[in-house]
Amino acid sequence: MTNTSPFFDEMFAPDGTARDAYAQYHQWFGREDSRHLRRKSVEAEAFFRRVGITFNVYGQEEADERLIPFDIVPRVISAREWTRLEKGIEQRVRAINAFLHDIYHRQEILRAGRIPAEIIIGNEAFLPQMIGVTPPGGIFTHIIGVDLVRTGPDEFYVLEDNARTPSGVSYMLENRETMLQMFPELFTRLNVRPVSSYPQQLRRSLAASAPHDRGSSKPVIAVLTPGIHNSAYFEHAFLADQMGVELVESHDLTIRDGRVAMRTTQGFQPVDVIYRRVDDDYLDPLNFNPNSMLGVAGIMDVYRAGRITIANAPGTGIADDKALYSYMPDIVEFYTGEKAILKNVPTWRCSEADSLAYVLDHLPELVVKEVHGSGGYGMLVGPAASKRELKAFERKLRAKPHNYIAQPTLALSTVPILSKKGLAPRHVDLRPFVLCSPGKVEITPGGLTRVALKEGSLVVNSSQGGGTKDTWVLGE
Amino acid sequence: MLGKTAGGLFWLFRYLERAENTARLVETGWRIALTRQNAAVAEWESVLNTAGLRAAYVESYTEVEASSVINFLLRDKECISSVRASINAARANARLVRTALTSEVWEAVNECWMDINALLKRPVSERSLGETLSAIRFRCAVVRGALHGTMLRNDTFWFSRLGTFVERADNSARILDMKYYVLLPTAAYVGSSIDNTQWETILRSVSADRSYRWIKGDDTNPRDIADFLILDGRMPRSLAFCYDKIEENLQRLCREYGKDMPSLDVARQQNARFKGKEIDMIFDEGLHEFLERAIASTGALAQQIETDYRFYS
Repeated sequence: MTNTSPFFDEMFAPDGTARDAYAQYHQWFGREDSRHLRRKSVEAEAFFRRVGITFNVYGQEEADERLIPFDIVPRVISAREWTRLEKGIEQRVRAINAFLHDIYHRQEILRAGRIPAEIIIGNEAFLPQMIGVTPPGGIFTHIIGVDLVRTGPDEFYVLEDNARTPSGVSYMLENRETMLQMFPELFTRLNVRPVSSYPQQLRRSLAASAPHDRGSSKPVIAVLTPGIHNSAYFEHAFLADQMGVELVESHDLTIRDGRVAMRTTQGFQPVDVIYRRVDDDYLDPLNFNPNSMLGVAGIMDVYRAGRITIANAPGTGIADDKALYSYMPDIVEFYTGEKAILKNVPTWRCSEADSLAYVLDHLPELVVKEVHGSGGYGMLVGPAASKRELKAFERKLRAKPHNYIAQPTLALSTVPILSKKGLAPRHVDLRPFVLCSPGKVEITPGGLTRVALKEGSLVVNSSQGGGTKDTWVLGE
Repeated sequence: MLGKTAGGLFWLFRYLERAENTARLVETGWRIALTRQNAAVAEWESVLNTAGLRAAYVESYTEVEASSVINFLLRDKECISSVRASINAARANARLVRTALTSEVWEAVNECWMDINALLKRPVSERSLGETLSAIRFRCAVVRGALHGTMLRNDTFWFSRLGTFVERADNSARILDMKYYVLLPTAAYVGSSIDNTQWETILRSVSADRSYRWIKGDDTNPRDIADFLILDGRMPRSLAFCYDKIEENLQRLCREYGKDMPSLDVARQQNARFKGKEIDMIFDEGLHEFLERAIASTGALAQQIETDYRFYS
């Protein structure tokens, strides 16, 4: 199969030969019967259903639990590529934590004029309640999922930093479990680095960030979920279970004697670390949204007194705000003194008149995103949009320019999926998962590869019909 | 363990037990309708009464007739104790307490839910009823098997078992109470075909028709039936058995937590009502009154457990 596509394919070189990282897999694949492989795909789906790896889709009552389609062709990353990514991610994550500390304390970066103050002040993601607060252990963002895309052999771009509550790590783990069960022979043949220690690492990492002056010797950790109707509930339960900690909802928690405590069958037990999967705004009805049913009244006061660790810290959203994204190279340089290893996608801030004019002129070529949006909702992919859609979006842009940023449509790399007609290239992205604890940054070798299953589509979000692949990082 | 988790385990197993009980009632009605055609309508009415669902049924249907009753009890969305509603509620609770379940138990519940929902997606015809009922029995048995084979013997297990036996005690008492009048000694004009049907209904509703023969022989009479279903500690659906299990599980819970709670006292008092008792004493006391008290006290005990272990607050 020769590869005439204009996009960089990670498995096949233009002459149709398999690239190094895929050589062994490709060899194995060639000897497999394609009908047998397709049967395996069906098996995988049954496995996901049985285990209950599902997500809920907002606004779709009937099909209220859905599967994310899983493709059985792995995405393979060579040891050399990974080493470089790792360095870039670590640098970026350290800079983000330093930035968060600074922005809620002396704001040196604003004084130095490296980013305009108005982008921080008045930004909804910036929480005045956090000013002057130093979280236990000094870590603001403990769990990060950096979204990367690739356009060429050595060209990786950071698309988003996901520093608030990144999801998808359960898919990284379950996808690997599924592959291990279906194709054990591949893992004896290839040197694929394991990802299975993530839950234990997460637990250790959270424990290391616990407040120091707690009474108990071993920190008590809990995962806080909005509840079983949340789209990522499966993941919340999965992580709590894998770590061996309680999964709590707001009504399980209360404040007792100046500490956060959970209601157990034997009375109230103090909690030291909360891995929350609830948004800032809902965290504490006393300090934030007074109508929140998902939070714990008064938890912010306990937090400010240093008696609970909240992971990630409230207010971390300012670091992955899309309005701030274009300043990330400056932020990395400001706090690390080095040039950013990972590239940023060039970004037009529609709040600036010149940029807005450019964006309106070039709308059919650009991707436009809401500054606070996520999940692929409310975004425009210019090249894929109809004239009507473009017109409609233009009106939105003119009405609220500060609400949008625009980026060139990237030539995302492809990795083949197993389609009815055999291997077929589809666009992918990559979300590696990073853990930060005092003095330590750990990156799990692997991550979540999301794949746009529709031919030609560039939108990989599961809520928009994307699927996932197992991600293999090869050992040296 | 979180109070919420204890409550979720308790209700997960209550609902599973309820699904089985409802399925068993359908099976009983069907069996009797097949063998005693003249008694069919009365039998389906009595099934609805036993399930306590008659009022809900007449809201949706005008006539009591086999296929409507069967579908109402198995799959109707309006029917709160239908098999489908119970399985859905069981699975919702299982999701809530997923972290407290072994993956075997969780997967058994999840598969039970997928399988039974697929089976009950369309109306069940009489032809496919047998297969449907045995699938329900089988799926629930797999969950129970997974529970026994894989769960730690700690509070997670005791709360699960409490749910099962509280629901079962309630169910057995209700079945008996609905037909207490055919069990009264004064009603013992043996040989009347109506009463024979009623007795068979009772025994089948608690899956006791065969075990009754093993224990009591071929003499079917109300006194022995009442004795078997109320006082016989060998019969896993008798009130005495259920109360013994409730006390035993609460006892283990108190031992694990190192603290006796009021619910244990309540359970002991209730259990004592069955100890050393002869069935004639219950008849003297009044069978209906005895059963009514059993239903009320099971409810009170469930509430005490809920309070003691902070299910909700």
